Amino acid sequence: MNDGTTTRDYDWWMLAIVAAICALGVVEIYSATHGSALAGMHMKQIRWLMIGIVLMFVLSRLDYHVIMDQAPILYIIGLIALTAVLLVGHTRFGAKRWIPVLGEFLQVSELVKLIIIIVLARFFAEVRTDELSLQDLIKAGLLVGIPLVLILKQPDLGTALVLMPMLIVGAFLAGLQWKHAAVIVLIGVMMLPVGWHFLKPYQKERVTSFLHPEEDAKGSGYQVLQSKIAVGSGGFWGKGFGKGSQNQLGYIPVRYSDFIMSAWAEEQGFKGVLLALGLYMALLLRLVQNAQRAKDRAGMFLVMGVTAALGFHVLVNVAMVIGAMPVTGIPLPLMSYGGSATLFVFLAIGLVMNVRLRRFVN
Amino acid sequence: MSYWFRNDSRLPQERLAAASYVIVGMITLLLLGFWKLQVIDSDKYVVMAERNRVRSIPIIAPRGRMLDRDGRVLVDNYPSFSVLLLRDDMAAVEKNLPAIADGLGLQLDDLKEQLANTGALPKFQPIVIKPEATPADVAFIESHRADIPLLEMLMVHRRRYLPGGFMAHASGYVGEVSEKQIEDSNGKLRPGDFAGKSGLEREYNDLLVGTDGMRRVIVNSVGKEMGRLSQQEAIPGKQIQLTIDYDLQQIAEQGLGDKKGAVVALDPRTGEVLAFASHPAPDPNDFAVRISKEEWQRLNDDPGKPLLNRVTQAQIAPGSVFKIVMATAMLESKTPPENFTAFCPGYGVFYGQMHKCWVYGKKSHGVVNLHEAIVQSCDVFFYNVGMRMGIDTIAKYAKMLGLGERTGIDLPSEEPGLVPSEEWVQRVYHHKWYPGSTISVAIGQGSVMVTPIQVAYMIGGIASGGEFKQPHLLIKDSKEVPEKQVDLAENTVEQVTQGMYGVVNEPGGTGNSIRLQGIEFCGKSGTAQTMSYNAASRLGLGKGKNDGWFVGYAPRRNPEIVVAAVVEDTAEHGGTASGPVVRDIVKAYYDKKEKKGQGQTTVQYKHYDVDSVRSAAMQAAEEQKPGNGEDRETAKVEKVSNQKARP
Repeated sequence: MNDGTTTRDYDWWMLAIVAAICALGVVEIYSATHGSALAGMHMKQIRWLMIGIVLMFVLSRLDYHVIMDQAPILYIIGLIALTAVLLVGHTRFGAKRWIPVLGEFLQVSELVKLIIIIVLARFFAEVRTDELSLQDLIKAGLLVGIPLVLILKQPDLGTALVLMPMLIVGAFLAGLQWKHAAVIVLIGVMMLPVGWHFLKPYQKERVTSFLHPEEDAKGSGYQVLQSKIAVGSGGFWGKGFGKGSQNQLGYIPVRYSDFIMSAWAEEQGFKGVLLALGLYMALLLRLVQNAQRAKDRAGMFLVMGVTAALGFHVLVNVAMVIGAMPVTGIPLPLMSYGGSATLFVFLAIGLVMNVRLRRFVN
Repeated sequence: MSYWFRNDSRLPQERLAAASYVIVGMITLLLLGFWKLQVIDSDKYVVMAERNRVRSIPIIAPRGRMLDRDGRVLVDNYPSFSVLLLRDDMAAVEKNLPAIADGLGLQLDDLKEQLANTGALPKFQPIVIKPEATPADVAFIESHRADIPLLEMLMVHRRRYLPGGFMAHASGYVGEVSEKQIEDSNGKLRPGDFAGKSGLEREYNDLLVGTDGMRRVIVNSVGKEMGRLSQQEAIPGKQIQLTIDYDLQQIAEQGLGDKKGAVVALDPRTGEVLAFASHPAPDPNDFAVRISKEEWQRLNDDPGKPLLNRVTQAQIAPGSVFKIVMATAMLESKTPPENFTAFCPGYGVFYGQMHKCWVYGKKSHGVVNLHEAIVQSCDVFFYNVGMRMGIDTIAKYAKMLGLGERTGIDLPSEEPGLVPSEEWVQRVYHHKWYPGSTISVAIGQGSVMVTPIQVAYMIGGIASGGEFKQPHLLIKDSKEVPEKQVDLAENTVEQVTQGMYGVVNEPGGTGNSIRLQGIEFCGKSGTAQTMSYNAASRLGLGKGKNDGWFVGYAPRRNPEIVVAAVVEDTAEHGGTASGPVVRDIVKAYYDKKEKKGQGQTTVQYKHYDVDSVRSAAMQAAEEQKPGNGEDRETAKVEKVSNQKARP
């Protein structure tokens, strides 16, 4: 505590928001699982939250400049871990994503997300020009591209996609030129059909069933339909805690994790959704505010990398729940049950705290 | 630490502010999405969630039982389980179909075909894929609830009939409703429902069917029942009491045995049908579950026509039984007059054609009057009567006595028989009536055709002095039974019934061998040729093929019971082929009545077991030995098709 930071400097408002969101999550995980074979899951989630909070405080103590100093090494560690998980990883739910750590299975790609945030922040902080040159843009793209390909191999399209907004937001803040942006968008659109060929069959199915939900009765089209039924039948006021039939009778797929917003919306109605999304908006705006008040560009990029990742998670997950985006398997930060994902979010917030704590320090 | 970051504090504040707007915009868009689902379209999703949650399972109402006149159970039900296939999710159905077929022991192709056939029905309507679930099937369904959540079991009531086709043509049978019936029922019938397809089951279907109940339960996403919402009990169908007397029915069934034919017993005072048998008969228990296409085809193609209800649908030449019509017509029309006699040398020549009497070649009847002609069944006498009367007078009286039209018995698809007339020939064959044809009709051959129920109805009506009570199988108030009053002179009734008394009770009568001690048992035999003696000899079939009739009743006037029996394709003639079963039924009727009179209990509830009825029928068939041919009376009439009308 002798590095000039004080406990008062923690963003207690943000922590309150985070705690509130976590509380909603625990409540809904309890409601979704208490009557089933999964009963007790909310306690496991609380355990993950506790570990997350501890890690957050630990990470916030270590000066982010020190962390970013090690970016190249972290990047190499990330690539090695991704390669390792492809070679010896544990296969669950049809994908190689897990390695055993301390008796639990952790998703390597969650850790890699954190590393990429740090690496990109370091890269963009070292860009000295006000406008981002094409050269630097391509370098940043390659930096993200290599782990992205490895993650796609697992396959984990969801996590791979999260890397994109980190890159885009970073580039944007580093002074991305509009002409470059236009060209990238153009190339991106032209590459879409090519990218289609690289999708796994189940990924293609998710996209087609998103575009034509009526043609897919039991697959992801069914999942989205059941989710929409849950959300829609909740109405404005909701069916009440523990009273959502879609939730309690198991019609909502993975109702305690990826589709937890569906269960929440059914039982708490639009008013509950308003509360939850309001909290997420407050969290994200608070993150941006922390970026604005960062001491230097390095801190700003770090915070905005976190903001991009969390914002993208919220957008893709919630849009999936209401059938506005295909099913990608991206959890809702802090509400969905899951060890790795929860730890990632708290570590990411730890980085943000880190930046905040040092905004007045020289 | 290298100072790569150089305390660079240039922050892109404008772009950071833009990021804030993007966040606000994103959250707003998401909220709009929720607003649409949860506020604008909420009602739609509430309905869908409810449809997910609630499953309606029908409670099948049992059909009403059928009792005999003494309250003994003839047709009842037993509980059974049907396997339902839920089709809301066709992709899952198609995926799991091989496993389902395998697990339930069904043919995959059959299952696919059934699915294709029911494709037009609403998806939420389950279909019955196996009507009679075995314990193994139940175990399969229960153990695969999670991975094959498409199967459901439904408790149903299956029909149980007495075994061996007992009374099968009267009771009829039930079957799964056809798609057309479902469409026509306005949602009352569902696939897998049963409805009467023939006989009483069909005639009184509306009485017998109950109203199905409904159980509404909460099911989870894998189809497991999680709770009950409401239950509407089924209302069982009405029980119906038949006029059938189980004891007499049993004698009728045993008497017919393996023979092809029909027996029907009526109480002419009320029109009540006491026994009703038609052989061969299918076992309706085979239809109670589901009949295979092959089995159905086999029944349809069977030359013995087991699906034909011979009592009401077999249209057979009456043979000499028709002489009762002729005698009545003669006495009523006085053409020829009552005291008319004819000389029978064993044959007669009419319109240039020789017509044999049944005694031809053995003896002659000599001079016969009406009474003797009835008793000895003299063909020549009635040839002469017919020639003098003419076809239209014959037709008039035949129709008056109930022939040529349906009796109106409470069974579906009764046949009217046929009474030929000049008008009929003109209408159907577009030529004039050949007077020579009248000669054949006069002894119940030619184109005249009757059903057994008509014969019993007619003889009962005549012996009751012209009071014709409509035959019926459902017990009802006798005032409600439609009645036809035919004006018959007292003398006519007396003479005709005396004749029929003589048939059984006078020496030389054609039914003399089956007379009953102490009972005024009367009757008339008839043997209609289906293949002439000559033709049969040429084909090496021996004596020829006949349809042998006997109609008997007691007592002589205002009878209590009349029994008509016919055996088809027999080498014997009516008296031998059909007489004994008629006699046995009449005798059993009186035995029972006597017991009742003595205050003994006659009505003992019998538990019918499969074997006793079946073995009794077999035994009866074995005991049936070929007759001795004494009272042979086949009219040796050559076919009249090439006959020319000559003055």
